[in-house]
Amino acid sequence: MSTPDLVACTIDGIEIEVPKDTLIIRAAEEAGIMIPRFCDHPLLKPVAACRQCLVDVASPAGPEGKLRAFPKPQPACAISVTPGMVVNTQLSSEAAKNAQEQVAELILINHPLDCPICDKGGECPLQNQAMSTGRSVSRFEDKKNTFPKPLALTPQILLDRERCVLCQRCVRFAAQIPGDPFIALQKRGANQQIGRFDPSVLGVAETAGQLADQTAGDIPAICGEPFAGYFAGNIIQICPVGALTSAAYRFRARPFDLVSTETVAEHDSNGSAIRVDYRRGTVLRRLAGDDPSLNQEWISDKDRFAFRWQAAPDRLERPLVRQGDQLVEVSWPEGIRAAVEIFDSATNPAVLPGGRLTLEDAYAYSVFARTVLGTDSVDFRARPSSHEEAQFLAHFVAGAGLGVSLDDLAQAPAVLLAGFEPEDEGGIIFLRLREADTKVYSVAPFASRGLRRLGGKLLRALPGGEASALDALSSAADGPRAEAAAALKGGVIVVGERLASSPGAYTAALAAADRLGARLVWIPRRAGERAAVEAGLLPGLAPAGRSLDALADDVAETVFGGPMGLTPGLDLPGIIAAAQAGSVDAVLMGGLELADLPDPRAASAALNTAKVVALQVRGDSISPWADVILPVAPPQEKAGTFINWEGRLRPFPQVLTSTALSDARVLQVLADQLGFESRIGELATSHQVFGWLGKPSARRAAPAVAPRAPRPLGAGQAVLSTWRYQVDDSAALDGEPYLAASAPAPVARISAVTARAVGVRQGDYLNVSTSGGTITLPVAIDDLPEGVVHLPAKSPGSWTLVTLTATDGDLVGISAAHGPKEVAR
Amino acid sequence: MSPKDNTALTPDRKEKGFLGRGVAPWAGFGVTLRTFFAKPVTEQYPFKGKYPAPFPRYHGRHQLNRYPDGLEKCVGCELCAWACPADAIFVEAGANTPDEQYSAGERYGRVYQINYLRCIFCGMCIEACPTRALTMTNFYELASATREDMIFTKDELLAPLEEGMLPAPHPMVEGLTDDDYYSGKVTGPTDRQAEWVRLHRPGDVAGEAVASGAAGQGGQS
Repeated sequence: MSTPDLVACTIDGIEIEVPKDTLIIRAAEEAGIMIPRFCDHPLLKPVAACRQCLVDVASPAGPEGKLRAFPKPQPACAISVTPGMVVNTQLSSEAAKNAQEQVAELILINHPLDCPICDKGGECPLQNQAMSTGRSVSRFEDKKNTFPKPLALTPQILLDRERCVLCQRCVRFAAQIPGDPFIALQKRGANQQIGRFDPSVLGVAETAGQLADQTAGDIPAICGEPFAGYFAGNIIQICPVGALTSAAYRFRARPFDLVSTETVAEHDSNGSAIRVDYRRGTVLRRLAGDDPSLNQEWISDKDRFAFRWQAAPDRLERPLVRQGDQLVEVSWPEGIRAAVEIFDSATNPAVLPGGRLTLEDAYAYSVFARTVLGTDSVDFRARPSSHEEAQFLAHFVAGAGLGVSLDDLAQAPAVLLAGFEPEDEGGIIFLRLREADTKVYSVAPFASRGLRRLGGKLLRALPGGEASALDALSSAADGPRAEAAAALKGGVIVVGERLASSPGAYTAALAAADRLGARLVWIPRRAGERAAVEAGLLPGLAPAGRSLDALADDVAETVFGGPMGLTPGLDLPGIIAAAQAGSVDAVLMGGLELADLPDPRAASAALNTAKVVALQVRGDSISPWADVILPVAPPQEKAGTFINWEGRLRPFPQVLTSTALSDARVLQVLADQLGFESRIGELATSHQVFGWLGKPSARRAAPAVAPRAPRPLGAGQAVLSTWRYQVDDSAALDGEPYLAASAPAPVARISAVTARAVGVRQGDYLNVSTSGGTITLPVAIDDLPEGVVHLPAKSPGSWTLVTLTATDGDLVGISAAHGPKEVAR
Repeated sequence: MSPKDNTALTPDRKEKGFLGRGVAPWAGFGVTLRTFFAKPVTEQYPFKGKYPAPFPRYHGRHQLNRYPDGLEKCVGCELCAWACPADAIFVEAGANTPDEQYSAGERYGRVYQINYLRCIFCGMCIEACPTRALTMTNFYELASATREDMIFTKDELLAPLEEGMLPAPHPMVEGLTDDDYYSGKVTGPTDRQAEWVRLHRPGDVAGEAVASGAAGQGGQS
């Protein structure tokens, strides 16, 4: 990077050189001078709305370059530094100090000063700056503006208009960062206020008051009605007063009650930096941390609000052991003994650790399976998967170390997304892509709301037909495909985990990256998948990308304490099938939900047959099948390391004091009791293995799978397009009704042509069915290819895997329905 | 200080005579002798007798006050806990809902505890209270055999219902805001509040008595 042009200026007598185009307020920060401000935010464009940062400015003008002062104080947040500029802030200019005092007084005129009942009280920029730059006594004696409060902007965000100082940080955030302009400045003059579209405020309709009536605690009956985007919660954090508050955190604590810990979010594979605030052992809120190279100062609403699952009512504290039909709470020694009995008598055990583990825990599962259980049947993927994907992961991801970074994505000339919806499955990746000048192309059946807001171009492909679309990239002579192919030289191809249900897609992606000169990156949805790959939680894969069957002796000695002689193991579908057939007789399970498995019914039958030892944080999802449940710690009660999709280690500390054990500790105890001198819990060993990450090793063979031939569609048939929405029926949202209520409304998207063929119109109900069951949702006409229906994968009333046993790219039947139906979960 | 000043401070006493010096070692027993014949003053505290009230501004046990209609004044702001130098106060706030309105406005003190093993009766909490919800009574008989008993909870600290008050929860006086409550515009419960209590808490004896009798004359002044 070249050195930026530097500009010299003087602030309060301090001479300082800053890069060209630096705002005065930033330059002052460099010089160690704090100018008060409300509307200014480093990640938002300047607007100079609050006028709190007024300073005296003079700059050289005229042919002689004589210093000429501006006639009035100027906003420091909206003027860039020019060469020779002289700035006098409140510290050295009486005029600036006076101006700031008067602005503070004006701002406080309508502020209710209800700090004792305000959630912001104690951490409020307005409180602080009223003390530092305001007048000590108010001269205002008239009545203040009052508004009914609070107004529910979304189910999880409450607006108190009295407290608002109209800085518009929230409005600017919504428009500039995620591009969800769900709020705006309304009315004029003394009545000016922030609001969402609300007839009673705008005075446009007789049906006033419907939304205004929603106050705190009311959760709207219609799910999705107040959907305001996946990042709306950030406006609570950047509000410089207490105008925007969180419904879940409302009146729960004051800042001085809280203990804050910097940690890492567990909901997606970004590993966003967050701050967890807890009071007396209960986590009350989470805020965005500051990591300029990752999530900047923004996080998704899921990372912000969904944390109560970790202390849900079904949280386990003691081991449970099946006695007859019931699971009975027992002591730890008894629980361990029961698990040991199962593994002792098992002839062919298998391991399903799930995709949300830390690197330490994943490593423990990997070693435990291979040494203690003596099995290679281990698969972390609790979702639709394929053998091709396992090959791809072993070939391309495992042991690859730091690859494409989020900064690389933002700086790439072009990004091609395949099997990856940037907003639903990417979280803050979406924000960075939107901020950057990167051209975005997406191989998808339709332009999602996220892609449209990225200004991305759609390279249309049928669900399951991504392979052909990727293959066709460079063969196209003109049109968007050819454009994308040209732009992708030096660009990045992003492949998501959904390509696993699209035969040949990973093969095609590898080939396309090679052919077009683009880099390739795999972005899974879950936080632990990358770590699981690195720890070798796939059949035939050893930690750090080593191959299990051709493991060098020293590596085998370090990791497993001796050479391995394992027969090749089964992957997830293989384990389920074998368990159903009875050949896999014991299953060790980590934190996963059966509803996420490709065929939940088969999985349920399989686990009923086999003995199941489950290491679970919570009991409800797995208890009907488990024979022994050993409780383990959720992320906030253990320290560990996530590996995010970039390959970056994201270590995090233990937030709460807890006696809960991590998965690795429990596995260590099990190994000890099973008579193995194991190395599972040895940090030295696991960290030696982490040290191999990124070191070159023999690459395993790339997948070579041919694309699926186009399938003819019968009458009333369609191809299913589906993915998990960011806010849906995830178990991570348990105990968080406010966030769940802000989820987008589940609808079935079809094209106008398909709708006509089926005989439905916008708003009618559509039946989507397979032999397994039927999902009924309202129709939304969208720009889909003919014969494709899009459903949310796990939203209320639309659990495609459970109800239809179908995933992205599968064939389903569609027909008109006559009314909404409750879909059994 | 000069030696001269020093002598000025010593009491000017006459030198004792021979007899005086001889009796001096036993002079103190005079007090003992006198009390042999005095009436004993054993106070049968707390079983017998009446004890004078302390001075009006004596710092005794705390009290959480109510507005004249019975709503609590505490908004759960925790400023008392913040001000407390002994960390004796624990507060957790809650949100009033239309069905359960405990205080005027949006917020009330859901949990309120004062640990009298820690409290030093300095009164900083009283100064900090923005709604004058917390005041101190003259009650000083704070003793117990267990630690738990010395942690006073909200129901123990709440001021007793005065004549005409309706116990919370019940709605605010219709048409009034928390500011109106604070500036003293409420003098007692209104008929509608009484009606609400009758309807929603039919079994509530304290509320019933007020709702059937005293209410009606109160309300907005």
